[in-house]
Amino acid sequence: MIALLIRDLRLAMRAGGGFGLGLAFFLIVSTLVPFGVGPEGDILSRIAPGILWVGALLACLLSLDRIFQLDFEDGSLDLLATSPIPLEGIVAIKALAHWLVTGLPLTLAAPFFGALMQLESPGFSWIFVTLLLGTPALSMIGAFGAALTVGLKRGGLLMSLLVLPLYIPTLIFGAEAATRGMAGFSATTPLLMMAGITAGSIALLPFAASAALRVNLR
Amino acid sequence: MSQSTTNRSTKRSLGQRMNALWEYANPVKFMALSGKVLPWAVALCVITLVPGLIWGFFFTPEAANFGNSVKIIYVHVPSSTMAINIWVMMLVTSLIWLIRRHHVSALAAKAAAMIGVTMTVISLITGAVWGQPMWGTYWAWDPRLTSFLILFLFYLGYMALWAAIENPDTAADLTSVLCVVGSVFALLSRYAVNFWNQGLHQGASLSLDKEEHVSDVYWQPLVLAIIGFGFLFVVLLLVRTRTEVRRRRLHALMARERMIDA
Amino acid sequence: MLELGKYADAILWSWGLTLLLVGLLILVTIRSSRKVRADLQAAEERRKNG
Repeated sequence: MIALLIRDLRLAMRAGGGFGLGLAFFLIVSTLVPFGVGPEGDILSRIAPGILWVGALLACLLSLDRIFQLDFEDGSLDLLATSPIPLEGIVAIKALAHWLVTGLPLTLAAPFFGALMQLESPGFSWIFVTLLLGTPALSMIGAFGAALTVGLKRGGLLMSLLVLPLYIPTLIFGAEAATRGMAGFSATTPLLMMAGITAGSIALLPFAASAALRVNLR
Repeated sequence: MSQSTTNRSTKRSLGQRMNALWEYANPVKFMALSGKVLPWAVALCVITLVPGLIWGFFFTPEAANFGNSVKIIYVHVPSSTMAINIWVMMLVTSLIWLIRRHHVSALAAKAAAMIGVTMTVISLITGAVWGQPMWGTYWAWDPRLTSFLILFLFYLGYMALWAAIENPDTAADLTSVLCVVGSVFALLSRYAVNFWNQGLHQGASLSLDKEEHVSDVYWQPLVLAIIGFGFLFVVLLLVRTRTEVRRRRLHALMARERMIDA
Repeated sequence: MLELGKYADAILWSWGLTLLLVGLLILVTIRSSRKVRADLQAAEERRKNG
């Protein structure tokens, strides 16, 4: 299993897109929003947590189709499906690999991009904590969406249509927790709800995703 | 002694009746039965929907606080009710397909999606049109309105997935899985949205609870209209499911023709 | 004609759009039903004849 994780990570590195592309996209979003909204600091700092969350979510979406697509095309997914590791475990590992190359870098970079958005100082830690807890759910839900559309030739756009509605609860609780924490209110409830969604996704979605993969490999 | 025998026999007949119910999931039996039921469903739909709507539109008095705008509930409430219930029906039929592999069940879910999305759009539009004179804005991020917008997105994704996959069995499996997972997330979104809007800015949300305290004058035609929309759904669902069953058969025949040609 | 008062626009729009959408849905349903039925009949004929 660890070998599979390392293999996936190495492939993502070699393809180059993993770290760089998502981060660059995230940076561009954080740069474009002030151009659209205007340079006033108080407006920017108020919308910063929401923008950072939406940006992270879209950056995460960008690389989802890589989770299964390449392995599906060259047939290694068939091999993995017949390997002794249960398919659920393989799905979870692949989601973890995706999180390590996109979710984690995004989480680490978000406070710095927050500075571009005039985020106030308590906001940095809140953005970091909420993204750290929330991005695993984004990767796992994304893996489910990728498993559904892996058999399709141009599944990318369809996958965003399927995955984005599934992201809504995570986004709401994540951005709400960050906003509340930044404003000095108690953020325990949304934080707990988001952690619950993350835990639930990691526990249950591998089963749904591997069911979808089995259908696509039939 | 005799009591236990009758008990057993009623149990058995219940079991047989359940089996008989499952047999209608067989496409041929379904076509025969639905063909017979359809005219009755159309008749029931016409005799409930038409009077319900006419009663609601022409013969309801002005409400003290909403004026005549109360007439909008006769299209708004039934369509909203249908929008949610159709999704629930799709969830049930998807589960039946996943567990018992009845083809008609999967096709019924596919057939229902289009009706559901239309009802959601009607509900959103009538809500927006009503919102303008009542609260001075077409759209408010009220929890209920937002939930319906999210429901609309789920319907779109579900239909797009059906449209994208060519193999009918694969499509049925994948859309069913999506429907089940989507239902969980739609429910989560409902709670999230409730939480989100009563969050920091309390009092900004607008109450949509009008329909919950209306008197009989408005209630009776409303119930009739809801029943009418229900029968409208049944009629459309039967026709659309029959179409899907035929389309599947057509698909199989075409595949065979291509095989023979090749 | 019924007196709808100041909400006339809202009422007529919502009822009109509802009836339009329901009408369209019924129309689409009937048309696809007819088309598929005819196609299927043609395919069955072909199968019988050759």
